[in-house]
Amino acid sequence: VQIYLPIADLPVNIFLVLGMGLAVGFISGMFGIGGGFLMTPLLIFIGISPAVAVASVASHIAASSCTGAITYWRRRAIDVALAMMLLSAGIIGTAFGVWLFTELRALDQLDLVIGLSYVTLLSIVGALMIYESVRAELRARKGMPATLRRPGSHNWVHGLPLKMRFKRSKIYVSAIPVWGIGFIIGFIGAILGIGGGFLLVPMLIYFLRVPTATVIGTSMVLTLITMASATVMHAVTNHLVDAILALILMVGGVIGAQFGVRTGQKMRGERLRLLLGLLVFAVGMRFAYQLVVVPDDLYSIRQVTE
Amino acid sequence: MTLARALIVLILCGAVGPTPTMAERLVVSLSNNRVAVTSSFVGENLVLFGVIEPGPDRASLRSNYDLVVTMTGPSQTMRTRRKERVLGIWVNIDSREFIRVPSYLTILSNRPVDGIANADVRRRLQIGLDNFLLTQRIGPDIADTVRDDPYRVAFVRLQTLYGLYRQSSSAVTFLTPSVFRVAIPLPSNVPTGSYPIDVKLFSGGQMVARTTSTLEVIKTGVEQYVVDASRNYGLIYGAATSLMALLIGWFASVVFRKD
Repeated sequence: VQIYLPIADLPVNIFLVLGMGLAVGFISGMFGIGGGFLMTPLLIFIGISPAVAVASVASHIAASSCTGAITYWRRRAIDVALAMMLLSAGIIGTAFGVWLFTELRALDQLDLVIGLSYVTLLSIVGALMIYESVRAELRARKGMPATLRRPGSHNWVHGLPLKMRFKRSKIYVSAIPVWGIGFIIGFIGAILGIGGGFLLVPMLIYFLRVPTATVIGTSMVLTLITMASATVMHAVTNHLVDAILALILMVGGVIGAQFGVRTGQKMRGERLRLLLGLLVFAVGMRFAYQLVVVPDDLYSIRQVTE
Repeated sequence: MTLARALIVLILCGAVGPTPTMAERLVVSLSNNRVAVTSSFVGENLVLFGVIEPGPDRASLRSNYDLVVTMTGPSQTMRTRRKERVLGIWVNIDSREFIRVPSYLTILSNRPVDGIANADVRRRLQIGLDNFLLTQRIGPDIADTVRDDPYRVAFVRLQTLYGLYRQSSSAVTFLTPSVFRVAIPLPSNVPTGSYPIDVKLFSGGQMVARTTSTLEVIKTGVEQYVVDASRNYGLIYGAATSLMALLIGWFASVVFRKD
């Protein structure tokens, strides 16, 4: 069944898009991420313009992280104070990202920047995750306990001023790295149409030493609010949010996420991180291939809005 | 009064202007004057019927006619970009802007256009994709380029690939020597707006009659509503989409609640 998308201005197969929503939702539920880094490329692949894809995926991520956030809220696994601190900088990052997005689109370099950023981010993060999880797996096999959090081991981050105490997470850190992380996530999310969960979770763990109990829930609250505001900002500045597309993706996404969560709970943490690392790395390589290989067509057309 | 007189003068000017005196009269009718883009729109095939009638100063019809139908969509400014390899990766290195060119362009005839009229006439009347005026911004000037300009070629090729530009020498069928039928395909990715149709009748290499018609492509129902809302009320539209996301997220967490 074909359905016409009013903003993307093309008809798509409703079951194909729903299926994509389900599949990405499954992965996002399994790993506790938004899944934007998979959804945006998939939409581009079926012919939706990168700009519309990025803008519409933002609302899709908002929906799936809302479900996740509510679940974690019930388990009291959200550090509200930390989320609010990250958020205050995240909103500024998002606004800056939407602004840059508009500028780059005018310069015809948006596709390149999206492509390059995906390659760099995904391959580095993917490689780190694979390395880290393989090491943990090996350590576990030798019978040593896998400890992610080493209490007492401080890094340079903990030497910074403006220290704050976050009770729920039981950490005492400077506000500067918290703001920095918030800004980067908001910025990247708006430009690349990703929630940034797969970046935020490792950053919170490695830089701020946020315990695993609260890290995913907190990250989901942040993703929810930055993506909801990115939706509004994209709608106001670029008029590119396709509500019909977003609706289909959301419905598929939230259902898929439920099954993903169940599958994810049956797997060990290290194994799960290894799988996610491989997935992230593979998507990064796919983008790299696209940048390097001779394109099918050297020419492309874009409508100029007057 | 003055306006009416001005109009009459204009009409008269048009009638006695550079176009040749019309010996024949063309009567055309479109199967559908209004195409609605709904949620199930996957493109449409339009049919234009027409009859050639003898005009006042010609008692009978000639024996051989040729017909060229040009339909154009709303004009858009488009940028054609060219990629080049820079430090191993492919980058949009150069671009050319096509100013107010038709978003949709189809040129249909009953036989190849080079048999219908000579190159001069074809260029003057913009018969064929090669002769259609596609204005580019070149430095400070706005002009069409030579037909084998690489950007122009790429632009026409890509638009043809998307089904938006089209030239066909078999879409016009003469049912009798004076009754014809034109099949006009409208792909699903056409923009909304007004589509003027220009019908030109040729005989012996010269245009002998010309008429016009118009097709309206409109969005209706939900589609129109969504487009209007996103264009005119961006803030409310964005807020509503976000709210929809939150509601669906919340709803899912209630439905699938396990504890």
